[in-house]
Amino acid sequence: MAEFKEISPDAPTGQKVMNWFENRFPTAFDAYRVHMSEYYAPKNFNFWYIFGSLALLVLVIQIVTGIFLVMHYKPDANLAFASVEYIMRDVPWGWLIRYMHSTGASAFFIVVYLHMYRGLIYGSYRKPRELVWIFGCAIFLVLMAEAFMGYLLPWGQMSYWGAQVIVNLFSAIPFIGPDLALLIRGDYVVGDATLNRFFSFHVIAVPLVLLGLVVAHLLALHDVGSNNPDGVEIKAGPKGNRWSPTAPTDGVPFHPYYTVHDVFGVTVFLMVFSAIVFFAPEFGGYFLEFNNFIPADPLKTPPHIAPVWYFTPFYSMLRAITSEMMYALIACVLLGAVLGVVKAKLSTVMKGAVVGGALVLVALMLAIDAKFWGVVAMGGAVIILFFLPWLDNSPVKSIRYRPSWNKWLYAVFVINFLILGYLGVLPPSPVGERVSQVGTLFYFGFFLLMPWWSRLGEFKPVPARVNFKPH
Amino acid sequence: MKKMLLGFALALGLSGTALAAGGGFPIEKAPDRTNDMAALQNGAKIFVNYCLSCHSAAYMRYNRLRDIGLTDKQIAENLTFPTDKIGDTMKSAIDPKLAKEWFGANPPDLTVIARSRAGHGYSGADYIYTLLRTYYRDETKATGWNNMVFPNIGMPNPLWELQGERKPVMEKVDSHGHEVEVLKGWEQTKAGTMTPEAFDQNVGDLVAYLQWMGEPAQNTRVRIGVWVLLFLGIFILVAWRLNAAFWKDVK
Repeated sequence: MAEFKEISPDAPTGQKVMNWFENRFPTAFDAYRVHMSEYYAPKNFNFWYIFGSLALLVLVIQIVTGIFLVMHYKPDANLAFASVEYIMRDVPWGWLIRYMHSTGASAFFIVVYLHMYRGLIYGSYRKPRELVWIFGCAIFLVLMAEAFMGYLLPWGQMSYWGAQVIVNLFSAIPFIGPDLALLIRGDYVVGDATLNRFFSFHVIAVPLVLLGLVVAHLLALHDVGSNNPDGVEIKAGPKGNRWSPTAPTDGVPFHPYYTVHDVFGVTVFLMVFSAIVFFAPEFGGYFLEFNNFIPADPLKTPPHIAPVWYFTPFYSMLRAITSEMMYALIACVLLGAVLGVVKAKLSTVMKGAVVGGALVLVALMLAIDAKFWGVVAMGGAVIILFFLPWLDNSPVKSIRYRPSWNKWLYAVFVINFLILGYLGVLPPSPVGERVSQVGTLFYFGFFLLMPWWSRLGEFKPVPARVNFKPH
Repeated sequence: MKKMLLGFALALGLSGTALAAGGGFPIEKAPDRTNDMAALQNGAKIFVNYCLSCHSAAYMRYNRLRDIGLTDKQIAENLTFPTDKIGDTMKSAIDPKLAKEWFGANPPDLTVIARSRAGHGYSGADYIYTLLRTYYRDETKATGWNNMVFPNIGMPNPLWELQGERKPVMEKVDSHGHEVEVLKGWEQTKAGTMTPEAFDQNVGDLVAYLQWMGEPAQNTRVRIGVWVLLFLGIFILVAWRLNAAFWKDVK
């Protein structure tokens, strides 16, 4: 236990009150220091460093609006759609709460995608921040589950058929698939049982996991310290600044320096967010799909079922894996095995294992339906992000000091991801299928070949200290 | 920064092309009258007289019509069925079984019809405005009616008394080497109680009402949004100066 601190009886009342509390709850005061007033963040953060705070803000918006929505929402297949309209019409300010929640879902993904992109270009996932990145990827995965289950709740046509399509994907898994899909739905088709369990997961189970992961993400970050646009470790640099003789010279206390930054960033964000909530809550059918204003009808399949925009890049990859595409993938596996045998410095036993493994994989790829491999691709596209810290062999972290052509590569990666997303919104077409197949190969190639390409080219000298221009 | 701009440009281009993907019969733009109380009241009257006999608006309460300038007394006397209470929702009296027999399907609920019928490039109001004005006589159909926007529609022209009967005048034109039939105009075969101009006016009012009913808070939402953005617009100056004040001594 911390020592009991006595304070002069002449001290101002405010200080006396603080002292009273600090003696009885020192943990809170320590936490404030560790995470706010004495957490030294690099002073050269740029625009890209706002999205972490914004993600936290959106999480709070979602939780608070969610609490109020649950007060009026009815998780019952016969009442759900009507209860959402009741919220929109009869609950005072219900429309605002609902639009904030529906816009918040999309905003969450925009913010998280930008946050992940920041980590990608500045190498924030590199040692010693691997766990920060992994917790972040887990947050992304859990967020996808949260959004997917939440989207069923309004019980419109898109809610219903979107859930039907995605849950059916699980049945493509060999042996356990059909039973697994049945377990998820709780019925042979999406129905009341599905709605009830998705509601339970959406409002209790998944948010708890999400909050736990967010805490882990932040604690791990504050243990190792933030990265910065230069990818320079400020802890390795000189010590001592205005606030502390032992803190890194290039660090500033998170509070107040980055909290005032965040107040500004939050205001900009809220302007965009409010503009959507108040002027275009449907966002042209991308945030609230038009078809979802028709109550769910299990007997009437809509002509075109599209997931909400934030899932569409992954949905495109799912659709790209056709039985034709399997041959291209088999060729990739075989090529990879040959390269492994010829190029890599491995023992004979290991080379044998590579060939054996490749042959088994090819046999499985031929034996199991392409639909299953589509599911593998969709899941793999998210799972592969977890391995990023070990795929990147570049000697520097930040894109600033990588070979110039890397910028082009990252630009193509982003454009490819956007194209995949766009194609996922559209109904399937032969041209779209071809483009999404190339896009899928590029997406996986970007990560799987990273151990090779990240070492290539001429790296620029990394400065010893961060670049900072006083404002 | 450049990449971000590129991203935004792509995102905009993305929505631009999606808007173009409408297809089928060209959808006309409906007049915007959701702020016009007289139009909304007229629309409500037409809705109750011509739509509510078969379609419900089961999420819409009669007393919400106060928002378009009607008093409880006016609503009760002119718009409700004698058995309805003012706080009831607008339920049609039609027997679902009979409806299915007559039209092949249950008439859909109309509360949010103006939202659900939207597509990329047109609003639900535009769709309904075009649909209600492109009915024509077609004796090959069970109901004797057909529609340009929704071929083989189950609903006979609900406003036939007002519009009368019409026949499309088609014209063959050459398009990319194919001969296609396009609509050139309409021929009135039987007069309705309204002139075509008055009919368009009234359909515009009805559609405005449907649009308003789809989201009664829509105009409140925009009004409040302006104030919210004004507040944030001022607050951002405070945030900006606060930020500058703190960071000025970070060297």
